[in-house]
Amino acid sequence: MSVVVAIGLGPVGVAPPTVLKIIGHHMMGLFDAESWARTDDAIIWQVRLPRVLLGAIVGAALGVVGVTLQALVRNPLAEPYILGVSSGASAGAAAAILFGVGSWLGRESVSLMAFFGALGALALVLALARSSGRITPSQMLVAGVAVAYLLSAVTSLLILFAESEYGARAVMFWLLGSLANADWSTLPIGYLGMGAGMILVFWWRRRLDLLALGDETAMASGVDPGRTRLQLVVVVAMCVGFAVSLSGGIGFVGLAAPHIARRIIGPIHRHLIPASAAFGALMLVWADVAARMVLQPRELPIGVVTGVLGAPVLVALVRKLSHNA
Amino acid sequence: MITATGIDLRLGAVDVLSGAQLSTRPGQVVGLIGPNGSGKSSLLRCLYGMLRPHRGAVLIDDVAIGSMSQRSIARAVAVVTQDTSAEGIDISVGEFVLLGRHVHRGDHQGFTDDDRKAVLDGLDMVDMSSFADRSIHHLSGGERQRVLIARCIAQQSSVILLDEPTNHLDVRYQHEVLALVRHLQIDSIVVLHDLNLASRYCDHLALLDHGRVVRQGQPDDVLQSEVLEPVYGIEVRRLADGRHSHFAFGPLSP
Repeated sequence: MSVVVAIGLGPVGVAPPTVLKIIGHHMMGLFDAESWARTDDAIIWQVRLPRVLLGAIVGAALGVVGVTLQALVRNPLAEPYILGVSSGASAGAAAAILFGVGSWLGRESVSLMAFFGALGALALVLALARSSGRITPSQMLVAGVAVAYLLSAVTSLLILFAESEYGARAVMFWLLGSLANADWSTLPIGYLGMGAGMILVFWWRRRLDLLALGDETAMASGVDPGRTRLQLVVVVAMCVGFAVSLSGGIGFVGLAAPHIARRIIGPIHRHLIPASAAFGALMLVWADVAARMVLQPRELPIGVVTGVLGAPVLVALVRKLSHNA
Repeated sequence: MITATGIDLRLGAVDVLSGAQLSTRPGQVVGLIGPNGSGKSSLLRCLYGMLRPHRGAVLIDDVAIGSMSQRSIARAVAVVTQDTSAEGIDISVGEFVLLGRHVHRGDHQGFTDDDRKAVLDGLDMVDMSSFADRSIHHLSGGERQRVLIARCIAQQSSVILLDEPTNHLDVRYQHEVLALVRHLQIDSIVVLHDLNLASRYCDHLALLDHGRVVRQGQPDDVLQSEVLEPVYGIEVRRLADGRHSHFAFGPLSP
């Protein structure tokens, strides 16, 4: 329902019934194509629908990843980008945009370079966090923050050296995130990758409950915290890698969605994981509507919208935490 | 049944345990006592795989712990930990105890009516049935320990390990918790600081000093001033009121 309305909204408005008819026409050959404008058809089927579908899966994945990381590092402020994965993706994308690195990868070289950057960052974080044996929450946080800083510096250096104003703008737009690159060719990969990641996290839902209760409690309940953390971090980084490579660095959804879900549904991961996915998807789809509508016909980077909406949520959260303390 | 022999454990540059040995006894409460830093909690952690000793053998029902998965260890051994991170997550007592049943279910399996019954039985046994829906944040120290024990009962393991379960409890709850452990008649090992509690509720005691078990046996044999004074470095006086022995402590006279 939300999706159908969201598809209709934008600089060119299309009424929900027409949206449904166009989708029905393309998917099942229903309805007569002459009963709506050609341009509406192109906008809905070629632009808006892939865009909303991408927003839904990326939002859901960011929500699930946020919930997972908050349990793994036992910190309510953890979010998808805390592991430095997005900085790695950004550095990869910047290298591709500014210097044509990986251009032999073809049309999707920027996305692919972002994905490789994300995996590289993860490998670095794990190597640093593991150097002293078992992976603990604090080691993971410190390694993640260090790698994030390092790779952001790399991205800035790349922008400086490139001396291309157009390139710098392109990287900037990418860093802030956008769903504008959604198209039918990349959607299936995104759904497959992020969908599989979310299913795995849900599969391990009870381990997340136990990890959130502490390493000793997890151990006493038959869950090896070090190994489980490693498995989940790899799954999470894959999800973030897919999300960032398809839509850039969209912030705050991964932090805010789990918190809203937790407030409404409670802390048990059996319910919390699907709820965070739902809230994440809703937030991102509607943030994208706002990005299209607010300054039309110009489009805002979606990271700006989620930031503006997410910051008050974060502040409210911190205030509530300090009230409880 | 757990048997640990010749346990050497080094943490960083410190030899925490050297040649320690300890076993459960059928249906009995074994007390693990010793001064701060003598290695009590570390020895206990070796018994459920939280710490891996560098030398020595830990056998659970005659199987080496190193060859067991964490899940099969947890099926045999339940633990009341000192973990306080639970305060970070606001779940109900019932859900918390139910998570103890994880050892009997695959990751993908939901909990069954059997699991829920085990939870009710566990809570019933520690007299906490009416607390099932209460948040674990809203429990007193004594109630919290009883919930942790209920979780062990629900886990249906043949051995229970308790790491200083009387910490932060007032006198009444200290006695209540240990009386409960004794009443369960499950093989258990309990780390204790209070020698009066150890004398009253344990069937067998092991005294640890500098990572070594220096004396083992009936409480009356271990709790002798000539045994305790060199280990704790204090004067120990033993008073008997006809039913129980009590200990009074003071500084060693120079």
